[in-house]
Amino acid sequence: MEKLNPNEKLDIRNILNDLENYRPKRKGWTWRENKEIEMGGHKYSDCSTPLKNSVGIPSAVQYFENLDPQPKETITTEIASGRFEDDIRRMRMAAWHGADHIMVIRTAGQSHYDGLIEGSPQGIGGIPVTRKQVRAQRKALDFIEEEIGRPINYHSYVSGVAGPDIAVMFAEEGVNGAHQDPQYNVLYRNINMVRSFVDAAESKKVMVWADIAQIDGAHNANATARDAWKVMPELMVQHAINSIFSYKVGMKKENICLSTVPPSAAPVPCVKYDLPYAVALRDLFDEYKMRAQQNTKYITSSSREATVTHVMNMMISKLTRADIQSTITPDEGRNVPWHMYNIEACDTAKQTLVGLDGLLEMVELKKDGYLPEKVRELKERAVLYMEEMLEAGGYFEAVEKGFFVDSGMYPERNGDGIVRKINGGIGAGTVFERDEDYMAPVTAHYGYNNIAQYDENAVDNPSSLIGGCTFEKPEKIVYIDELDENDNVFNRLDESEKYRNSNLIKPEVEWLADGTVQVELFLPTSKRVAEFAAIEFAKKMNLKDSEVIHLEIMHPSEGTRVQIKGKLDADIDISKLEIPPEPEIMSDEELWEEIEKRPMKVVAATVGEDEHSVGLREVIDIKHGGIEKWGIEVEYLGTSCPVEKLVDAAIELNADAILASTIISHDDIHYKNMKRLHEYAVEKGVRDKIMIACGGTQVTPEIAVKQGVDAGFGRGSKGIHVATFLVNKRREMLAKENS
Amino acid sequence: MKRADDFNERRKHLANLSDEELYKRFWELAEKIVEPMLELAKNNTTPSVERSILLRMGFSSLEAKPLVEGAIDRGLISKGVGHIVYRVSRDKNIPIRQAGLEMIEGNHWDYAMEIFKKENADMTV
Repeated sequence: MEKLNPNEKLDIRNILNDLENYRPKRKGWTWRENKEIEMGGHKYSDCSTPLKNSVGIPSAVQYFENLDPQPKETITTEIASGRFEDDIRRMRMAAWHGADHIMVIRTAGQSHYDGLIEGSPQGIGGIPVTRKQVRAQRKALDFIEEEIGRPINYHSYVSGVAGPDIAVMFAEEGVNGAHQDPQYNVLYRNINMVRSFVDAAESKKVMVWADIAQIDGAHNANATARDAWKVMPELMVQHAINSIFSYKVGMKKENICLSTVPPSAAPVPCVKYDLPYAVALRDLFDEYKMRAQQNTKYITSSSREATVTHVMNMMISKLTRADIQSTITPDEGRNVPWHMYNIEACDTAKQTLVGLDGLLEMVELKKDGYLPEKVRELKERAVLYMEEMLEAGGYFEAVEKGFFVDSGMYPERNGDGIVRKINGGIGAGTVFERDEDYMAPVTAHYGYNNIAQYDENAVDNPSSLIGGCTFEKPEKIVYIDELDENDNVFNRLDESEKYRNSNLIKPEVEWLADGTVQVELFLPTSKRVAEFAAIEFAKKMNLKDSEVIHLEIMHPSEGTRVQIKGKLDADIDISKLEIPPEPEIMSDEELWEEIEKRPMKVVAATVGEDEHSVGLREVIDIKHGGIEKWGIEVEYLGTSCPVEKLVDAAIELNADAILASTIISHDDIHYKNMKRLHEYAVEKGVRDKIMIACGGTQVTPEIAVKQGVDAGFGRGSKGIHVATFLVNKRREMLAKENS
Repeated sequence: MKRADDFNERRKHLANLSDEELYKRFWELAEKIVEPMLELAKNNTTPSVERSILLRMGFSSLEAKPLVEGAIDRGLISKGVGHIVYRVSRDKNIPIRQAGLEMIEGNHWDYAMEIFKKENADMTV
């Protein structure tokens, strides 16, 4: 496959081509490198190497020529559409917006699947994580990371009853990060706890070999608990169990990341809970990495509210430490996330982290009073928790006694914790003691392994007994393409082929041509009425399968904000669109330099009987990004200025140009005035010396030029367009004069 | 179990610890909790652990599953399923993959039973 071209769509069929022979180009996790950088004339303390290709936040694009510093924190985006081929396109967009940790969510139910799933079946709320899908996505990311100029970490889950199988497949396929925490299996998937810990040791050992960074599952306690902030002592215990277990298996501490979530959210005074907790955690786990995620326990369907929570949570990250900043999409409370919300979340992270650059050079956390007192209390509660676990007989017994996810703030107990039995759960009775002659001739196997019975020299390298395992000899990996002749990527691609690399486009939010659109309405009625009225409006808009996805009371009777989604069964042939050429604009630097070198003066007015001056003032005023910004001198003659007066003033002031604005278009008076301007300037013998530009909301540039003026500016024109025109036109005139 | 917050009572033995001592205590306790589980993992195996070994030996997921089930049915999983395939391969002088694929067909198990002389697997917990 050739390298990606930013101006071309990524061809999924190209990715799938020859997949059976694809090998990932590297293994292991990559951190961003924090360095002081200078960009756009600003010094950044907490940033990392900028990208080769990227899209900055909207203000970067509009005001700063895509100034796009990258924070030092790894930024995660979670992708979960259920179709890996569409996820790949979203990965590329997210990477351009700063994500370098792409987390692929698994389909519902995969935890209980005892073995690897193969092929490319469609999933629910995520993809079935199979070798084919993992390989295709890693391959795509291998190209995408070259396009943006930064390594991308690919991530999924090593959990469930097939943890070790998945860990091996991930190691072979170059997966860089994975969730692995046996407590997750035990508490939330009801998988037998003994099996979970035996499997976890093997999985972790394999992850160590592949240098895969690990994220734990403690944040789930936060999302499950009745009052999320009361679970803080337990969260530290869960983190500790998985961290030290992993370390003892052989994982290096810098690959062990805590999945930590600020436990509370407004309207509770959340920083009073979240900040002491964050400090306590980072004190105790100073040698480990922090993967900070936003609170999801209290997420609603309001994307605005989710974004604010995200920002507040990142303030905590910034005041303490985050090595990975995860992004939760602001639509997670109402949808399986859509493309643009993944991007929004990445932008929110980038905007916040860059905006708070250098914060700790200016402020510090207090060393006495409420904060350190709370920090100490939380640590003590966690220590007491573990003391009682040991008194109870250890981890398994503590789980049996319902220690975990109790709604009391430990040592308070409400007796509503999750209870699992040592002999219960999925996979109970499937743990077998190894015999004395037990043997496994492979690399990265955990625990007792009697290799010496066959070859003393192979003890440190068990796979030498079989001439190397797949870790040394990837050619031994058996690749299965598809098992299901109906549910596979080729059929899905065929179904949407009409829209793939063709002239036809359709709106989409997660799958190519899914047709889904979102419409926002304000309805002047109560919430309940608005909910049902909105669906009727959706029908009138020809939307199918409409659903209300968000409702917000503006006032109990005055009005309700409603967001609906629905399917639009229409497409557009882009080859038939009439698209005028994009107006040319110069950079600020070029304009400043030009005007400084050769000053320019213009006279401006609204002409005829026209009192509408707002548009013209916006084109002129420095405050609105008008032409004054670049040093152009403007003589503003006011409103309803006669055409003759405008031209005479230009002559008298020796101006380079005339700017005339006309809003009123009755009887084509705007074009008539343009024509008169041109003709009067000709009569006065100055037309070849003075540029004339006319604008207004009803002005069509092509028709304006036909009246004899040099340029017309229609709706949406800005000072930059006018300034660019004036500079270009003057250069053209000077060139003519000199030739 | 229900219990009121008796933190102030319970913490008395921690009150005089310095932050460093508390830190040390936190990690000592955590280590103590995981120690028996690490031992358990060292000395036991599971179908998924064995499947993951077979994957590394060059079998597909579809092949690993019946091999592990075959070993469990015959009480041989405690030997290591990869071990059994390795032994069959070595003793019969056939490649690893061929040995495994023939075992999926039902061959060589009698031989495996004979060498490993096991009738029932020991099951823990």
